[in-house]
Amino acid sequence: MKPAHRMHAGPAHIGTPRIASSSKNAHATTHAPLGDDYSNVMRPMLERDRDFTPVTASTVDRHVLARGSQEEVVENTTRKGKEERPDSITPTPTCTSSILQEDLQHFVRGASITSDSDAIPADVNHYRVDESQAADGTSEQAIRHHPNKARRQGTLGRSPVNVPSANTIGTPTLGSHNQHDCRELKRSLRGIGIGINQIVPEGALIGNPHNPPKARFNPVPHREVGLMAAVYSDEEFGTPCISTTPAGIVETAEWIRQTQERVGKRSPASLEEKVDHELYIDQQTRSVSQAARSPRSIDRQNSVGKRAVVFGDATHATAMTKVPSREMGIRVCRAGTYCKHDAEWSNEQARGFCDEIPVTDDHTEVGDTIGRVEPPAISGTQMERHVGKRLDIPRGVTPSPVHIQNFPSGYRPFPGYEGTNQIADSVYNPHTLGTEDHLPDIFGGHDIEGVTESLPTEQDSLIRNPESQLKPSQIPRSVRGKTKVKTEESARRNGITNITIEVIYAAREILGTR
Amino acid sequence: MKRFETPTFERETGNYHTSRPISRVARSYQKIEDSPSLVVGTKTCGYFLQNAPGATVPAEPRYAMAEPEEGDTPAKPNDYGESKRPCPRVIGNRDPSATARTGTRTTEVIKMDLEGMAPKPESEIGVPIVVARANGPDHAFAQGEDTASAATAHRCAERDLVDKRDQPLQSPPSQGAEPSEPVTVPSANRETNPPPVPLGSLPPTVAPQSNPEPKRQSVRVWGWLPAQSYTALPPLGAGVYVCGANPFPSRTATTPMRRRKRRLIGAPSPTGPDGTRAWIEKICPASGVRTQGSKERERQVREGSKDYLDSVRGKPVFFAGDNPLEVSLARSPIRRGTVVYEIGIPYMDKRHQAAEPAPSRDTCKDVRIPVPRIVEKPDNYDQIQRMRESRPDLAITGMANANPSEARGIDTKRSVESTFAQIHGFTNARGVLQSVTRSLRRNDPGDSGWAANLVKGDNNPMQ
Ligand code: SF4
Repeated sequence: MKPAHRMHAGPAHIGTPRIASSSKNAHATTHAPLGDDYSNVMRPMLERDRDFTPVTASTVDRHVLARGSQEEVVENTTRKGKEERPDSITPTPTCTSSILQEDLQHFVRGASITSDSDAIPADVNHYRVDESQAADGTSEQAIRHHPNKARRQGTLGRSPVNVPSANTIGTPTLGSHNQHDCRELKRSLRGIGIGINQIVPEGALIGNPHNPPKARFNPVPHREVGLMAAVYSDEEFGTPCISTTPAGIVETAEWIRQTQERVGKRSPASLEEKVDHELYIDQQTRSVSQAARSPRSIDRQNSVGKRAVVFGDATHATAMTKVPSREMGIRVCRAGTYCKHDAEWSNEQARGFCDEIPVTDDHTEVGDTIGRVEPPAISGTQMERHVGKRLDIPRGVTPSPVHIQNFPSGYRPFPGYEGTNQIADSVYNPHTLGTEDHLPDIFGGHDIEGVTESLPTEQDSLIRNPESQLKPSQIPRSVRGKTKVKTEESARRNGITNITIEVIYAAREILGTR
Repeated sequence: MKRFETPTFERETGNYHTSRPISRVARSYQKIEDSPSLVVGTKTCGYFLQNAPGATVPAEPRYAMAEPEEGDTPAKPNDYGESKRPCPRVIGNRDPSATARTGTRTTEVIKMDLEGMAPKPESEIGVPIVVARANGPDHAFAQGEDTASAATAHRCAERDLVDKRDQPLQSPPSQGAEPSEPVTVPSANRETNPPPVPLGSLPPTVAPQSNPEPKRQSVRVWGWLPAQSYTALPPLGAGVYVCGANPFPSRTATTPMRRRKRRLIGAPSPTGPDGTRAWIEKICPASGVRTQGSKERERQVREGSKDYLDSVRGKPVFFAGDNPLEVSLARSPIRRGTVVYEIGIPYMDKRHQAAEPAPSRDTCKDVRIPVPRIVEKPDNYDQIQRMRESRPDLAITGMANANPSEARGIDTKRSVESTFAQIHGFTNARGVLQSVTRSLRRNDPGDSGWAANLVKGDNNPMQ
């Protein structure tokens, strides 16, 4: 057993519904006790979604424990098939079903006889994989399922279409900035004359099963989710994969060159119209991306050589290490990841760009590291944000786990040329704030207390009952001043000289200070 | 004594969305300041807690997870040694008076004997270990608190009040708030009956707030269960009266009631002016005190909330149901003439909540509106269909359905808020109304609503 209270990656059965809920007309059922279906709280809240999350729990209760859950699973799958008419239903095991060691696959086979929808049981094990690995596995299952079905029926079309196009794989819901990333990827591809064939998981579970093989290549922007599906399509349909994340100027250029190569590789016939994107790269770097210019501007000079600690998933941690150190002259002293299963890759990528590469999913260890290094800025997840808050170090948040603030309404992609601007902002903003924060310290600090908490003390004839002095400390800080003022106001008005707790509460009651 | 028709209950599939009971545990141990809680459960539990108590996690929470790994699950014989290990770490640099162990689904399925395992490390570390099982399959949301405080109740010191009549006159053990000047009622009255112990963990700002109410009636509260700290748990024994301050502590009320010979005052929970009045009117006679001025108080409070009151009158409301507060929350709006279509509720402990449905039925008659249907273990899918048909002005529902319902033109109020907000006593009555009516006011033409005002033309998503 392992003690913890914060974790970077969620359980497997959050990962699978993320894929299902990204897809059109797909549904996931989780085989879980009451209350474990909180993935459908996270989505409407974090993403402010307008639709009901297509995830239902087939509830495991005491009775189910006694007689097994076959009936429950079959019944639920059938019911959902009737009610929602999804193209596919993905029954998902949770930690409970893993312990119960029930054969979900078998139940589902039973259910798919009675249901019109395809039932694809998620092949995940709670104790072996985490959220993103499960999402990765499920997207592979999804991309595997339909072509396989089509192949069995002899309807699978393979030839790539003439206009070069790509499948983008792996920007599911509940990922940090995923919707923006997906859109930026589309834009970037369009910029170099490549269309979108299919977005996986968004469209992968529906409609035309012969679609995926028609693409010339599969870009996977985040290696956590989508790589497995891309590798599968490479093996099965010979569609090459681009696993480079186009983050930062250097990598984006590299990514574009790779697409150029892949398009050629797949269809020698179209090579006659010679593609060369160098001009495009040059233009974008000079005019669209501000990130190339800003490190050269004078106000950024004081950021050069500043240290930073980076932590996150493999994709983001790597990018946030390479980009600042290669493109902005910032010294990344620790670049860590919680993706233990991908540690080797991250190590290899970050080597040469930072001093040390911790791999851990223990948030206290990360906190300790940050405490020891005392960097002037942190780039990490929400958890590192809290560490930063505690240690009073400026911080920026990019990778998951993230809170609602990291589902911005504004356009904030991570990849592509627009992404380079966003990265630059997120790297520089904490730094600037840092200086701003330190200067007033030298000159005696911000005068917050004096400004907000000054209360009239003159002509004070009020006696404050010692017990009532205690109470304000229980009133949230943000409204404490207001409550105090109002209490004293009302006391004076009503000729009360002795302020007891009752008076405070009475004042709150009348004035509705909450 | 009037006789009320017994309300009819419907029961559905229980396929509804709710929080898991461990969330409540996290909260109730947030309240007991000196007892960190160890939740023995998987990543799922942990991820839930970290997302649910959200903002509380960063501020060094008073709970930790002991997460079973794959090797732990096939009912490992070595459970004891394993579960002892995280102990010192939870205690860590804190100095707790007790630690709480919370069982989850996993411990249940692998039959980990948490109760049996507790005594040994308890004597080794020298800190009491309170075991509560608060797992998803058996309980819903707020019930977690019930199990937790039921477990805590067993730790209260034994003291028979029947023999030592003068005990109650000493200052109550928990919040030392003494009445500044006892209002009327000769002390002789008090001696005949010991003071009640309200059950239910209320936010620290609220607990003393409800105190003034009985204090006004010069009923002293013997202590709260759970108390602010483990060391301040009220001593209990034969003759003590307990009284729910929330509608859900049925386990806390019944189990120790049987075991510890306490008596239970059946009263509706003190939410809203009428609920608070009814609560006080039940408590006072039990303590041998005549109720005074509660009617007047209720009237005052109601008068003071007139503005909000008008905004809910005649509005149809739908309670989807995910914590057992619904029935008591619905009561006050009904009194104000709100038409409640449906009250979903995870479970009804008919005995413990006997006092609850009655006022709603009574009030319905008073204000001449149809009696709402009460649906136990609701089915969210079916409820959404019913909501679409009945098109209430306000749906009080969980976060899973809130945004989608809003998008379909139904105003919502997140139900969790009622379990975390301050809703008890006369003092908070106005606040409850304020928060319930917030979304209605948002769409009020006078308010800058978004649905109709921001975009000219018809943008009703339902059409
Ligand atoms: S309650 Fe159970 S099924 Fe749910 S997360 Fe905890 S251990 Fe797993």
